Amino acid sequence: MNKLHSFSRTLLIILLASAVCSLLALAGPLRRDAAQKPKSPAPTKEEGLAAWQQVYSVLTHPRCINCHTATNYPQQGDDRHRHFANVVRGPANNGVAALRCATCHQDANADSTGVPGAHGWHLAPLSMRWQDTNDKIFSSPEVCNALTDRSKNNHLDGPGILKHHTSEALVLWAFHPGRNIDGTMRTLPPLTHQQFVEATRKWVDAGTPCPQNP
Amino acid sequence: MTAIHSANTVSLSRRSFLRVSTNAAAGLLVSLYLDFPLFAQEGAKPPAKVYPPDAFVHIKPDGKILITVNRLEFGQGVQTSLPMVLADELDADWSQVIADLAPAADVYKDPVFGIQMVGGSGSIAHSFQQYRELGARVRAMLVAAAADQWKVAPDQCHTEASVVHGPGGKSATYAQLAEAAAKQPVPAKVQLKDPSQFRFIGKKVRRLDSRPKCDGSQKFGLDLDLPGMKIAVVAHPPVFGARIKSVDDKSARELPGVDVFEIQLVKGTGVAVVADKFWTAKQARDRLKIDWDLASVDHADSSRLLTQYKDLARTTGNIATSRGDQKALDAIPDANRIVAEYEFPYLAHTPMEPLNTTIRFDGDRAEAWVPSQFQTMDQIAIAQVLGLKPDQVTFHTEYAGGGFGRRAVIDSHVQREAAAIAKRLRGTPVKLVWTREDDVQGGYYRPMFVHRVEIGIGQDGMPVAWRHVIVGQSLVAGTPFAPMMIKNGVDATAVEGAADAPYSIANFQVTAHHPTPNVPVLWWRSVGHTHTAFVMETLMDELAARANADPIAYRRKLLKPDAAKARRALDLMDEKSASWRNSLPKGHAFGVACHECFGTAVACAADVSIEDQRPRIHRVTVAVDPGLAVNPLTIEAQFQAGVAFGLTQLVPRGAITLKDGRVEQRNFDGYAPPYIADSPVAVDVHIVPSTEAPTGCGEPPVPVISPAVVNALAKLTGKHYRTLPLVAL
Amino acid sequence: METYKLTVNGQTKQVTADPGTPLLWVLREELKMTGTKYGCGISACGACTVHLGGMATRSCVVPVSLVGNRPIVTIEAMAADPVGRVVQDAWVTQDVVQCGYCQSGQIMSAVALLKYNRKPTDKDIEESMGGNLCRCGTYVRIREAIKVASQQLK
Repeated sequence: MNKLHSFSRTLLIILLASAVCSLLALAGPLRRDAAQKPKSPAPTKEEGLAAWQQVYSVLTHPRCINCHTATNYPQQGDDRHRHFANVVRGPANNGVAALRCATCHQDANADSTGVPGAHGWHLAPLSMRWQDTNDKIFSSPEVCNALTDRSKNNHLDGPGILKHHTSEALVLWAFHPGRNIDGTMRTLPPLTHQQFVEATRKWVDAGTPCPQNP
Repeated sequence: MTAIHSANTVSLSRRSFLRVSTNAAAGLLVSLYLDFPLFAQEGAKPPAKVYPPDAFVHIKPDGKILITVNRLEFGQGVQTSLPMVLADELDADWSQVIADLAPAADVYKDPVFGIQMVGGSGSIAHSFQQYRELGARVRAMLVAAAADQWKVAPDQCHTEASVVHGPGGKSATYAQLAEAAAKQPVPAKVQLKDPSQFRFIGKKVRRLDSRPKCDGSQKFGLDLDLPGMKIAVVAHPPVFGARIKSVDDKSARELPGVDVFEIQLVKGTGVAVVADKFWTAKQARDRLKIDWDLASVDHADSSRLLTQYKDLARTTGNIATSRGDQKALDAIPDANRIVAEYEFPYLAHTPMEPLNTTIRFDGDRAEAWVPSQFQTMDQIAIAQVLGLKPDQVTFHTEYAGGGFGRRAVIDSHVQREAAAIAKRLRGTPVKLVWTREDDVQGGYYRPMFVHRVEIGIGQDGMPVAWRHVIVGQSLVAGTPFAPMMIKNGVDATAVEGAADAPYSIANFQVTAHHPTPNVPVLWWRSVGHTHTAFVMETLMDELAARANADPIAYRRKLLKPDAAKARRALDLMDEKSASWRNSLPKGHAFGVACHECFGTAVACAADVSIEDQRPRIHRVTVAVDPGLAVNPLTIEAQFQAGVAFGLTQLVPRGAITLKDGRVEQRNFDGYAPPYIADSPVAVDVHIVPSTEAPTGCGEPPVPVISPAVVNALAKLTGKHYRTLPLVAL
Repeated sequence: METYKLTVNGQTKQVTADPGTPLLWVLREELKMTGTKYGCGISACGACTVHLGGMATRSCVVPVSLVGNRPIVTIEAMAADPVGRVVQDAWVTQDVVQCGYCQSGQIMSAVALLKYNRKPTDKDIEESMGGNLCRCGTYVRIREAIKVASQQLK
């Protein structure tokens, strides 16, 4: 099971790597004047949707989705079990008075004790839940529609989402999630951070298209 | 009144006596007096003993009165209750009373058990009379000293609040009289107070140890710090009893000041890691690469054991009790029968303070600091490992952060480990620390049990035949306690609460099988009653429901005529909970249970609803008959908290499981006892007024709560819950 | 080994320790402040709770290297803290403690709760105290004591 998992992940990474190579070739000239409007044609909708699927694969990885719950609590581990010790969401998504996220989670990973950390550790708001209350992960169109709905996503437009994916501390953490208590490394999302940012950029440049509900 | 005065006689009449060797090789004999109601033997009375007051009472020049408690204080409040008893007869000024825990010594042995220990909820039950007499003797000596001084007769003096008053307005404080009093002979006979004169006994008295436990100043065993002390941790075998083939400690030794060596364990071998600090020792242990010989030990596996136990439960075991006609059941048609099979997992005690022991070995002597429920046994064990006699081991009883039975281990395995390490570190004190992972994975669990019960129901809805098979490990097989506690191949601790159930059932049989998987097991607060009460009291509700009867009335009808204590507790619970039971909000149900153990009867009613797929316990009413209530405040607190402890059985992660010999849980993430949200929001405790001899209150809170909650759940969902823990409702 | 300057209960302390050493063990073994307890080492029981930068924090999982210049406050300072003292007194008058081992952590959590919210509801108490394990099970009296302290702090 595990082997199969890692095999399929390897396969995915190889596929993505080749995709990203071509993407980088394309992005090279773009980057020179990234702040300005791109001169070369924007990615097609199809290219945008393909990029979205890559973004979706990261967003629904346990390192990300465990804090995008629909419940009153976060999840832990690759099996996404309920967080231990009765940790709760709280009114501002960062716990309650004497049991904050930061009661344990510091500004950096604590590898000697196995507690992950990054600045401002908190749960995503319920509007940004990517799973239902039974822990079933939302479909790609559902997550995409939620992510692009400015009434739900903290008023972010496409470039805002790209910035969030590029530099938000908790997003960055997902790609450097540190050690578990047993000394093993936490599993990583299926893309590197760079690949994730490039996929997001392509999707944003294509106008954040969302797949249709099947 | 008479009943109180005859307290000692009452318990003596049920006493059995045993002299055993704890270890033939060492040739040490320990006198064990064990009091187990199932096997009461009449008439075996050890001689009455006059305890030397100076071992228990120290009146200081500043007026403080230090009372030494012959028990471990680990939450049960005995460090307050026994001084209350003594101070009452002494007529001491309570504001001047302080208390401390006794070191290991013969004089501090439990007057009934004959070893120094806490267990069987016996602290008050066994030492009430002893501490009263001690207080009365010291008082008599103080009065005699004053009378001598004033040249008056002792009966012309009276005492109050640490002062002796004599004729003509004469008075002297206890502190002033202490030196002269110490020279007085210890009176053999003393007059005890009439209960109407009690000043402290029966009053709500706050604990003496609250403040230091609230400001961080109370030192527990784990807090001990001695000059030059080292810290040790041990790598234990991943399968119980396994031995080391080889150890690669190169990486561990790269850490500063680390020493690594192999030690003998009670079963198997382990690797001791010693460092200056805990964190260094733990890191070094994490770096060890150990090759274990796992092939030569049995690999217990919970799911395989369950299959085996269920098969065994379909066969008659060794007979614990049998009355009436065992064929009566076969004559009852299936439609009038209940067949119920129950499953109980292994449970860890997990006291909040992890296990620890500190020892310094000086060649011809040793000193030990142990949070111990079993001082006599632990002292002997340490002495054996160090090649000393027990009296060469100065043994300090340290305050313990809980225990629940985990610090009363017949083989003293933690102390033996610590002694093996101390022996190697001769001259240097070393504190052995069991990490929480060591504790959760280290065995000595409440055993796994399967019960199978077949009940035949009569025309009146009452049970007429009861066939009950209990399958689970013996706690004492192969130990010095076995001859005392195993009769007819039945370990009394496995069937207590079922074999001696207080219900009138004409044809009644309880039998037991004791398989021997490779898992160390131990008494867990309230011992056999943890599972027997659950089985008996959930079946009582099932029977009542089938008979369309009120569950309280049904029990009352079925209780034996002589079950006076249980009846009183049931009646009081009924009275005190009636108003809320009759006005429950929608979605709530109440469940009741009633059980007697350690001489104390308890009845409880729980108001339960279901929230987030878990039982939500809004309110619990407890009624208890503990005989004379020495400190009603302590009793109230014991029952309020003890029911929360009892819920360990119901919480979804309240189970220790083994897969191919290895324990699957590591810490409080995988084995999670009740937190505040799992526990009742409110618990009201009511004590049956009584002048009978006091009985224990440490363990009796535990058994009743789980069946009461499950009986309420059954009303809400219509399901029977017979597999613990409750992972789904 | 690294040297760290820590502010503990208002005093500056210098300690030398491996950077990964949890604050709990620095307090207990380097500074000999044993009021803060080891219960699990994985932040699942709350016995090690201190206030770090004013926030209730499980000292057993915070490596000393991540403490920085945030002030550390422990149970030993509660008697001199206006809220801490009231909470301790409530714990004593309500006869909360049994074995007492978890109570340093319980009190540190309760003080953090009451400093933030003087009038906590039952739900507030349950959530804020939700990660503090008491094996004796003193929860009913903990609830009562917090309410008593809340009244006193009016």
